[in-house]
Amino acid sequence: MRLASKDVLGLQDMSTTDMQLILDTAESLKEIISRPIKKVPTLRGKTVLTLFYEPSTRTRTSFELAGKYMSADTVNIATTTSSVVKGETLRDTAKTVEVMGMDMVIMRHPISGSCHYLAKILDASVINAGDGMHEHPTQGLLDMFTIRQRKGRLKGLRVAIVGDIYHSRVARSNIWGLTKMGAEVVVAGPSTLIPPYIEELGVKAYTRVEEAIEGADVVNVLRLQLERQQKGLFPSTREYARIFGVNQERLALAKVDYLLMHPGPMNRGVEIASDVADGEHSTITEQVTNGVAIRMAILYLLLGGATDETAD
Amino acid sequence: MKLLIKGGRVIDPANKVDAVQDVLVKDGKIAAVGKDLGSEAAEKAKVINAKGKLVVPGLIDMHTHLREPGFEYKEDIASGTRAAACGGYTSVVAMANTKPVIDTASEVTFVRERAATTGIANVFPVGAVTKGQKGEELAEIGDMAAAGAVAVSDDGHPVQNGEVMRCALEYAKMFKVPVISHCEDRPLAGDGVINLGRVSTVLGLRGMPAAAEEAMVARDILLAELTGGHVHLTHISTARSVDLIRWAKGRARENGFTVTCDCTPHHLTLTEDAVEKYLYDTNTKVNPPLRTIADVEALRRGLVDGTIDAIATDHAPHHLDDKDVEYNYAAFGIVGLETAVGLIFSELVAKKLITAALAVEKLTAGPAGVLGLPKGTLQPGADADVTVIDPAAKWTVDSATFASRARNTPFGGWELTGRAVLTVVGGKVVAEDGKPS
Repeated sequence: MRLASKDVLGLQDMSTTDMQLILDTAESLKEIISRPIKKVPTLRGKTVLTLFYEPSTRTRTSFELAGKYMSADTVNIATTTSSVVKGETLRDTAKTVEVMGMDMVIMRHPISGSCHYLAKILDASVINAGDGMHEHPTQGLLDMFTIRQRKGRLKGLRVAIVGDIYHSRVARSNIWGLTKMGAEVVVAGPSTLIPPYIEELGVKAYTRVEEAIEGADVVNVLRLQLERQQKGLFPSTREYARIFGVNQERLALAKVDYLLMHPGPMNRGVEIASDVADGEHSTITEQVTNGVAIRMAILYLLLGGATDETAD
Repeated sequence: MKLLIKGGRVIDPANKVDAVQDVLVKDGKIAAVGKDLGSEAAEKAKVINAKGKLVVPGLIDMHTHLREPGFEYKEDIASGTRAAACGGYTSVVAMANTKPVIDTASEVTFVRERAATTGIANVFPVGAVTKGQKGEELAEIGDMAAAGAVAVSDDGHPVQNGEVMRCALEYAKMFKVPVISHCEDRPLAGDGVINLGRVSTVLGLRGMPAAAEEAMVARDILLAELTGGHVHLTHISTARSVDLIRWAKGRARENGFTVTCDCTPHHLTLTEDAVEKYLYDTNTKVNPPLRTIADVEALRRGLVDGTIDAIATDHAPHHLDDKDVEYNYAAFGIVGLETAVGLIFSELVAKKLITAALAVEKLTAGPAGVLGLPKGTLQPGADADVTVIDPAAKWTVDSATFASRARNTPFGGWELTGRAVLTVVGGKVVAEDGKPS
């Protein structure tokens, strides 16, 4: 069992078969995380690099742990302590690590399309760990995994994505993945943070959060990047919280057994109220655990699935 | 030195000629154009059989970046004029955004002298509108015009301040040089890298709204009317820009001002979809950005109804390193001199969207008329700048074979029909079959 391509760049181009395979594989690998000895030999001898041009806590750590739990050797490059600060280009950095024998490069980068660019340069597998405003496929998959585990299905569910849709790679990956799997996706946020033509991606867009949340099975709240305020996209976090913040009162419009999700890190009291973030419907910490399982599944399906373990 | 180009279809829009004729070139000038020029004409002449081909005035590109001085690693006058010649162009109009900026008479003279010694096509320099193209104080437009600048433009650094633009149009009018305007409201375009639209949303790239161009088109039209000046709106790319210019042209004559415009081959043939289809290929990154199919169709209509005066390449050569980076970091620009004829004949003429005669007009008499150049004509006595186009020649775009120093084209691998097969500058053959002679 392997994925159709050598890279995982986005969910727009991923088949439902591959998505299904990743979700099912994650299901069977998740149990490893709760073992007392969290180590299987599956990826022994494989070398995986995380190359992060942006700060990250959970994505980078969970990729690293995913590799380690399956015995891959993992290496991290934080761009602030590497030759990137000396002006090295992405091509040169990538080629340098490839010739050291990397089997896979997991990259986060502030510019959309950078992982496509990297994948053209490298023979090694490339996993997109978030590129600019484009996609964050492993986040999309772990969100789908979380919903599927809790609800038993994706098809037919109503998922509301609330917040800064414009700049969100999480929103785009969720939209592609969920709509392909048959969910109904609606998005909501201030009109300055909803990109043009978003409805051509197969979603309905609202500027009233209430309309999106109404009848939702899942409410996925996006992080508001506070620097957007300086660009004039919204006037203040106070007004944002009042009009667009997800709180108990608005969530009362959702189905009674709704799930509340957030990819983190949260701005408590801005896009999401603390009491609901820590409340009984919240899956926020569970998403983090599931993130490790999804990343294990992808590593396995790209690096391990077809290799003959007995060859050596 | 005599050259007799026999039996081709001569299309000379400036003189309203479209017939199978011979063209005789002698001592660097057009000596005669007529049917079956006899044996006397052929005597001691190099005879070129042009049967089945188009014989047209040498093409003029009114928007070229030759990059010299300052950016010779991207292109220089020698390589840029070779690219021009290979593409069928005998004259190029060189933009002023070099290093230093062409903002004084001595810089204009430098370009002309370099062109005379290293170039193989005619080079007409453009001077800056403002000192250093900073958009603040007017450059010495009078001196530059006297030194041979044929227009003024801050091109890629468009004048944002309306009052500065007003003064520029007023002032340039005295010297009969147009102000060429790259229409872009900079804050509105922001840090956009492609058109604001469906593709920018899907790819997560920052978008430049069409309105960033159109707002400046509207401003420049109104300032041309206010001043009675001549504004030339270059590389227009949106349907509403065409509409605004059509409206302006309808009232320009009776109100004593002049508005002209051009558009590029890439805006006539590609849409924003190319950025998605070619997976963030930085060779699709260009300013103004590739727009939508509705915009492309409006530009084509604008050519046919006369709203658009010229096709100009905006040949923008860049080094491989300038493009071999992440999309946002890549330089804006597409090279155009060596693909223009092929694209126009394959995508427009062969598909019967425009006639061959109209294409030739937009590449010759059109730009010559905008800039008042004594070019773009086969009138006897004129400089013998002649291009022979084989409209049936099939070829595949391979940037590795370009005479330009640059390779930044999104058209690599395109199979085109139509190519300049002979380029004559001042009576001298400078390129044949896409290669410098």
